[in-house]
Amino acid sequence: MDFRFTPEQEAFREEFVSWLNKNLPDDWDPSRYRNYDSQEEWGRAYSDFQGRLFDGGYTAMHYPKEYGGQGKTLMEEVIVSQALFSTCPELRIPGVVTHGMAVPTIFTCGNEEQKREFLPKIMDGTHIWCQGFSEPDAGSDMANVSTRAVRENDHYIINGQKVWTSFAHLADYCILIVRTDPTVAKHKGLTYFLLDMKSRGVEVRPMTQITGEAEFNELFFDDVRVPVEMRVGEEGQGWQIAITTLMFERVLGDAIMGAAYETNIQKMIELASQTKRSGRPVIHDPIFRQQLAQASIEVMVLKYHGLRSLSNQLKSKIPGPEGSIGKLLWSEPNQRITEAAIGMQGPNSQILGGSPWTIQDGYWQYSFLRSKGNTIEAGSSEILRNIIGERVLGLPKDVSRAKRD
Amino acid sequence: MDVTLSKVQMDIAKEARRFLDKECPTDYARDMYEDERGFTEEIWAKMVDMDWMRVRIPELYGGMGMDQMDLTMVLEEMGRVVLPGPFFSTVLLAAEAIMDAGSDTQKERYLTRIAAGEIRGTMALHEPDGGADLGYIQMEASVHGDGFVLDGTKLFVPDAHVADILICAARTEAGNDPARGITLFLVDLNADGVSASLLPTMDGTRKLCAVEFKGVRVGPEGVLGEPHKGWWPLRRVLQRAQVGLCAESVGGAQRAMEIATEYAKIRIQFDQPIGAFQAIKHRCAQMYVEVESSRSISYWAAWAQDHGDPKDAALAASAAKAYCSEAFTRVSSGAIQVLGGTGFAWENDAHLYVKRAKANEQALGDPAYHREQVVQLLTG
Repeated sequence: MDFRFTPEQEAFREEFVSWLNKNLPDDWDPSRYRNYDSQEEWGRAYSDFQGRLFDGGYTAMHYPKEYGGQGKTLMEEVIVSQALFSTCPELRIPGVVTHGMAVPTIFTCGNEEQKREFLPKIMDGTHIWCQGFSEPDAGSDMANVSTRAVRENDHYIINGQKVWTSFAHLADYCILIVRTDPTVAKHKGLTYFLLDMKSRGVEVRPMTQITGEAEFNELFFDDVRVPVEMRVGEEGQGWQIAITTLMFERVLGDAIMGAAYETNIQKMIELASQTKRSGRPVIHDPIFRQQLAQASIEVMVLKYHGLRSLSNQLKSKIPGPEGSIGKLLWSEPNQRITEAAIGMQGPNSQILGGSPWTIQDGYWQYSFLRSKGNTIEAGSSEILRNIIGERVLGLPKDVSRAKRD
Repeated sequence: MDVTLSKVQMDIAKEARRFLDKECPTDYARDMYEDERGFTEEIWAKMVDMDWMRVRIPELYGGMGMDQMDLTMVLEEMGRVVLPGPFFSTVLLAAEAIMDAGSDTQKERYLTRIAAGEIRGTMALHEPDGGADLGYIQMEASVHGDGFVLDGTKLFVPDAHVADILICAARTEAGNDPARGITLFLVDLNADGVSASLLPTMDGTRKLCAVEFKGVRVGPEGVLGEPHKGWWPLRRVLQRAQVGLCAESVGGAQRAMEIATEYAKIRIQFDQPIGAFQAIKHRCAQMYVEVESSRSISYWAAWAQDHGDPKDAALAASAAKAYCSEAFTRVSSGAIQVLGGTGFAWENDAHLYVKRAKANEQALGDPAYHREQVVQLLTG
């Protein structure tokens, strides 16, 4: 057992961090949590920076070279991703769905043409992808998708609606799950597609969220024609493809969150040292000290649990059951951590960015509100606990779901 | 980086599980709950034969010189059966203190006998006014000839009533700063003026004593480590013991979770197993989250004691102690709720886990104490 990087891994990390410090965009200010006023500028900043990473040889470390990767292992990818998310998460966020979901799906389940066509253009920053899974009546009950695809010669005609589609307004392509067979059991009638967002009949309507921004969208499909070549796998395999690809990238996602939240703890220590209550820094207040400690302990748990899951996956090549809890270990603590950071600020916590009394650029106000989505997106806490209860602990399904499946 | 168990570690765990399931199932904990000594010589002898006393003791003194992580494998399994008896006090408190601070003569004299299972030991730390503060050590040891005289009361001393030797932390220079003026003493429990009395504690499987020192004379051979500078070795020893409690808590929480989930699969209410209801299923799932995350930080803390820098070792021990002990309390209490009335009954094992969880939570620094340590380490 060894929790440290090997000397080679450590040397690689140092090499990358030094490259990163020289290659951050000139106009990017690390003291701001959001440098770009419009979503379009944000998307462009992501694409430009992704291009730099690609040119530097630091993108998709664990994917083969022919698809735009570097032919190394997941370990190198973790090292690069952790450094990126602890330094400049803003420059990565518009690509989270692209790299976390579209890439592994296309790589694992796509055919050779699809891999060669789409992966390199993701790696060099040309394309951003979005994910069309959720629908108004298919949230946690993802198998309830009702958007229809009907085969017509060498095309499918798609009609329906998706919702909560992150970054669809910036996306060039979409990974999409639709119903091709309404006559079989719900999760058996689904098929996976790659969709060109410029196709006729695709409409994107931004949705304003709790933070006042519009990261999410509604997607409407009106007789959208998708060539058969854009289908991933066979008809009816959509559910299986969605589930398996999610599993494989999970440890990477958890490792990324661990690194990002370590930065948050540093920020919280600064916050507690600078913010005053009764004339003295709140870091001297025993109650806030306890909260700061609890926040940092939960981040340590996330980090070391992440390393354990990662090691197990590197060794056994398949995700172990301990990997199923990673998302709960970042989403729920993040709500507690941001809540504590807001609490430390007292009434100043009500002030957003742009005032002389703004604290840390309004980062915690944004993070507190944004964290409310953490326990819903990418598998709600309730769905994750169903999965753990049923697949890991072997508890029975509830009667209504057991009947349907 | 490779956070996986070695073949040797997995074998240690497997052997420990096999032995404990056969020799010390929870029936043993129940028998010993009511027993004043809290263990049988027969089981103690068998544990000696398993080489468990020797895991961490250096080979020079008859041990195996293994890491904290190797011992973690055994401790998790012991926690699983709520193992009673003076193993923890002897191996994690007395032996570790002698290993860290003892002279060659003291090591030769005591470690060899602990390794062979011939003597048992413990540590006297807490005082009546100190609460959970491990640094609150005010008991006085005054100079007497070439030695010292100890006077005062120590509380919550595990298994002192069945121990042969005791490591006692006392103040040899006035003040409040533990970093200055604390000396560790190696005291024979049969010495004149030492008396241990059993406290009526909530967890009957872990016996705690009050120990009175009345004019107890300790010669120079009984001074453990450098006089007045006992806090530093004491802290390292306590860290290892705290990490040991984490492993025990992980094992205990794991078993409490299993008891709850096994029951949730077979208990029928409203015509279905209660585990099908999300109210129960999610409670069980959360137990799994807490057990596995506790295990991860417990491993890190154990590893850091042998391979991390001193600050990381201290940070890991405190973070893990706060987290794992609270998780054990939540998981074992949750198990009672899943079991319903059954879990509230004495004949079900659930209460054994709740009681041990609370004992572990309060032992060697409570969660509030350790969280304060974490902040000091992060900002100091």
